[in-house]
Amino acid sequence: MRPDLEIISKWIRPNSRVLDLGCGDGSLLKYLRESRKTSGYGLEINPENLVKCLRAGINVIQTNLNTGLSQFNEHSFDFVVMTQTLQAINRPDKLIQEMLRVGNEGIVTFPNFGHWKTRFYLGFGGQMPVTRSLPCQWYDTPNIHLCTLKDFERHCADHNILILKRAVVNINHEQTLTTRLFPNLLGEIALYHFKRAQ
Amino acid sequence: MPDSIPENSVGIVKSQTLQFNTAIELDCGQVLNEYELVFETYGELNQNHSNAILICHALSSDHHVAGYYSMEDKKPGWWENYVGPGKPIDTNHFFVICCNNLGGCKGSTGPVSINPETGKLYGPDFPIVTVKDWVKSQKALSDKLKINKWFAIVGGSLGGMQVMQWAIDYPDLMYHAIVIAAAAKLSAQNIAFNEVARQAILSDPDFHQGRYYDHDTKPRRGLMLARMLGHITYLSDDSMRKKFGRDLREGKINYGFDVNFEVESYLRYQGASFVDRFDANTYLLMTKVLDYFDPASEYDGLISTAFKNTLAKFLVISFTSDWRFSPERSKEIVKGLLDCHRDVSYFEIKSHQGHDAFLMPIEDYMNVFSAYMETAATQKGLL
Repeated sequence: MRPDLEIISKWIRPNSRVLDLGCGDGSLLKYLRESRKTSGYGLEINPENLVKCLRAGINVIQTNLNTGLSQFNEHSFDFVVMTQTLQAINRPDKLIQEMLRVGNEGIVTFPNFGHWKTRFYLGFGGQMPVTRSLPCQWYDTPNIHLCTLKDFERHCADHNILILKRAVVNINHEQTLTTRLFPNLLGEIALYHFKRAQ
Repeated sequence: MPDSIPENSVGIVKSQTLQFNTAIELDCGQVLNEYELVFETYGELNQNHSNAILICHALSSDHHVAGYYSMEDKKPGWWENYVGPGKPIDTNHFFVICCNNLGGCKGSTGPVSINPETGKLYGPDFPIVTVKDWVKSQKALSDKLKINKWFAIVGGSLGGMQVMQWAIDYPDLMYHAIVIAAAAKLSAQNIAFNEVARQAILSDPDFHQGRYYDHDTKPRRGLMLARMLGHITYLSDDSMRKKFGRDLREGKINYGFDVNFEVESYLRYQGASFVDRFDANTYLLMTKVLDYFDPASEYDGLISTAFKNTLAKFLVISFTSDWRFSPERSKEIVKGLLDCHRDVSYFEIKSHQGHDAFLMPIEDYMNVFSAYMETAATQKGLL
């Protein structure tokens, strides 16, 4: 299991109902079902991934996340998870609100645009960054709403969202001393666990 | 005629008929004391009868799902693309059954059967049946065949409605419900199309209040019009453009009302050939079955309440170009299932063939269907 998914699974309580937005090949949900006895659904749009989800034996609903989560009722899930998808959404702010409408708690992961390499690329090279965690060119990237750890945390503070846990990892999804000490500079992927502040 | 039967076909098939002498009480209040169901089967039933799949047919199709009746047969069954060895409904592993529904005209008791009380054809006196009635009769068939629990019940369009009714009425008698290009109820627009089709038949002077058999005729023009209209709604604007465009039959406009465009010729052919193989009274009945289907009506009008007791795992499939049973209708089914936390997977297959897409070999559709069936069969230890 990828270390970042391992971290997420530790944050999810056993027997929870989980909705996975952009669930890919369904490996997280499959792992959660087996290790945490969770139930729920994956949402995905790519036909090849959809078939992989079926083969993994998970419930998957073909959905375009940009149209929202209107098919789900309020608080029908314990957790709504979205890994490496937030930055590709038309309106991430609205989707985060939707996550906290249909779920009690949210978990997101995204590439940190504050990482030193992207800063270096733009600051010194004067070009849009192309790195291991952001491998596409500016014109064909699906990542249209990139942010840094600071951006995300400010957004949460401004929108009444309480961050419960944070983990920052390198490209190999490992937590190291340096990602702990200087997360916004040395962390390549950020993981957040949050809920609506009372 | 096939020169040789393709290897991935179930091959030459024969239909069977069973007689039922236990009365069936219909939704309309009438009782059928006895009836017959004609059906076909493919594949082998395993020892513990755990590999049986019931296929429910749509408006104008029948129990002949796959295979050929003889080497002279022009066409295979209506779902040859999806049923056979190595196909999504793989007859190497599954035992497949489909019966012609009550009120049909292909061998099961219906308007063209003899009414035992009068000794004459039922004709218009055959009671109006419902999806629920059909499911009841299919349950009687499964009892006779000693199938205690279906591995899956599968259907497209009106067939998908029967699958949902099964899941609601007999929750513990099936593992998987596969609902393709269906709806939880018809929209007003859909009922309107059916009404025009019915009026075409009813207003044909040869209809004779449904007793056309006595006059040795049939409402050819009416039934033909009904089919032509239906056919348009099963295709999409895009598929008609691709198939016909504005191609002219004789290369030039003839300034008359005879066939000018290829699409006119096609529709007339489809309509005329349908008249030869289908009964007008059955057509009227089938459109009513569609109109009346609304399982939520018994549950405060909420489809999610209707689904509350279901136990089956659902696979719901729709097609982007289908406007007769649009993806929106399938999403209503899915929403109902999500509301009560049922197991469901949903796919919206990209296609240009309109409602007819559910019969067509489409790669994404094939992949999804096969993946679902194989995974389910593996989990059940059938593979």
